[in-house]
Amino acid sequence: MKIEEVPQDQGMITDGRREVCYAVDDQGRYVLAGSAGWEPKNIANRQAWDRIDQTVAATLDRIRAGKASPLAYYMALNQMDVGLLAKYAGIGRLKVWLHLKPGPFGRLSPAVLKRYADVFDISADTLKSVPEDRGDGSRDR
Amino acid sequence: MTASAPEPIEIDFDHRQSAHCESGVCANLLRHHGIEISEAMAFGIGSGLFFAYLPFIRINGLPLTTYRCEVGGIIKRVTRRLGCRVHWQKFRDPDKAMHALDERLAQGIPVACRTGGYWLPYFPPAFRFHFNMHNLVVCGKAEYQYIISDPVFPDKERCSRRDLSRARFAKGALAPKGSMYFLEAVPDTIDLAAAARQGIREVCRRMLNTPVPLIGIRGIRYLARQVEKWPRKLGEERTVLYIGQLIRMQEELGTGGAGFRFMFAAFLQEAADLLDLPRFLELSRSMTLAGDQWRKFAVIGGRICKGRASADDHHAAMAALLQTIAADEAAVYRELLQLIKE
Repeated sequence: MKIEEVPQDQGMITDGRREVCYAVDDQGRYVLAGSAGWEPKNIANRQAWDRIDQTVAATLDRIRAGKASPLAYYMALNQMDVGLLAKYAGIGRLKVWLHLKPGPFGRLSPAVLKRYADVFDISADTLKSVPEDRGDGSRDR
Repeated sequence: MTASAPEPIEIDFDHRQSAHCESGVCANLLRHHGIEISEAMAFGIGSGLFFAYLPFIRINGLPLTTYRCEVGGIIKRVTRRLGCRVHWQKFRDPDKAMHALDERLAQGIPVACRTGGYWLPYFPPAFRFHFNMHNLVVCGKAEYQYIISDPVFPDKERCSRRDLSRARFAKGALAPKGSMYFLEAVPDTIDLAAAARQGIREVCRRMLNTPVPLIGIRGIRYLARQVEKWPRKLGEERTVLYIGQLIRMQEELGTGGAGFRFMFAAFLQEAADLLDLPRFLELSRSMTLAGDQWRKFAVIGGRICKGRASADDHHAAMAALLQTIAADEAAVYRELLQLIKE
């Protein structure tokens, strides 16, 4: 890759910073050059986020249908699965799985609720509800 | 916040932005201890270049492809080959881990930590995924914030105690478990040339002579055959996901571009002077061409993902590119092995 080929396609980096990459100058020597991003990379990144967004949306539907507890929403929002959430909360997988159901979730003690809430950096009250409409929430924790 | 009085500490640490976190941390740390070394040199000596396609390991339900060596491998090998002593520590208890970090900082030692990227507040939102292979150097403390030299960012960053503690104790695959490390002792004289030879030898052997068909050149060829089969085997929708994941692994994880081929080419260029082997310059050029092919591969993949594929952008074209890459890279490694034998 030559210096003039270093891509400057805005996308993933939104704050004007640059990442560096290696490129060759006129004399064929390698130098470090700043890049604002690259389109194929942006596409792949976008794809990954779309998948997360789809999971979150599907989870919200299941919660509204009374098939899942709000915990499932925050789990999906934080890109976690049962195993990962269990590890972060320090609660057994089976229990976490159970708490994803509306019934058992409603009977949780404040202490356990707080434990989950701390994982997601939210209050225990917030954990009990899900937002009406979800924007691009998953991208700014 | 515990009783430890927030005494500001700022270690005079020369932060230089790098393309990849581990080689960057490695070079920055060595430079702090008086060993002048570039990121590319650290990457080469540490035998960072690699390839493996491991479909049985799933990341987000999709197969893992890696273009670099195992986590921590670069640091391990560079310090061993240069004769430095590294102090590694792992922890169970986050409080103890942060306390140990504070103690070292108070002694004026910059400490490198392995972290998960998800919890670092200065990461741009689009990069926030659960991956636990990020390296950074903590080089100071102001009030309740830590000063962090994160090699992939242009400037030093700040991070609260809570966030850093969480990042160090990120869970999931390859959990860092609070790992931290710092240089304890560096030798007075180092033999960069010998270390570079060792680095090259290991990379070439690993890429050429592997008993496992999923690793090295054989791995690239295997992936080529798989890419061609994907549309029939997985259907259109999943194929697109698989390809997207491939591109992310190549370009996003660890950055450096083109699956680290450019960084290795930069290393070869430096090594040409170091070992007085002008032929290396040619090989560096070949490696650059291989890197350009990798990028072309990502471009076609990107178009397929976006549904903008033209007539020439199909999976067969991607597979053919991979086969060319495999042949070109193999030729470079073979000649490198020959050249460093003398």
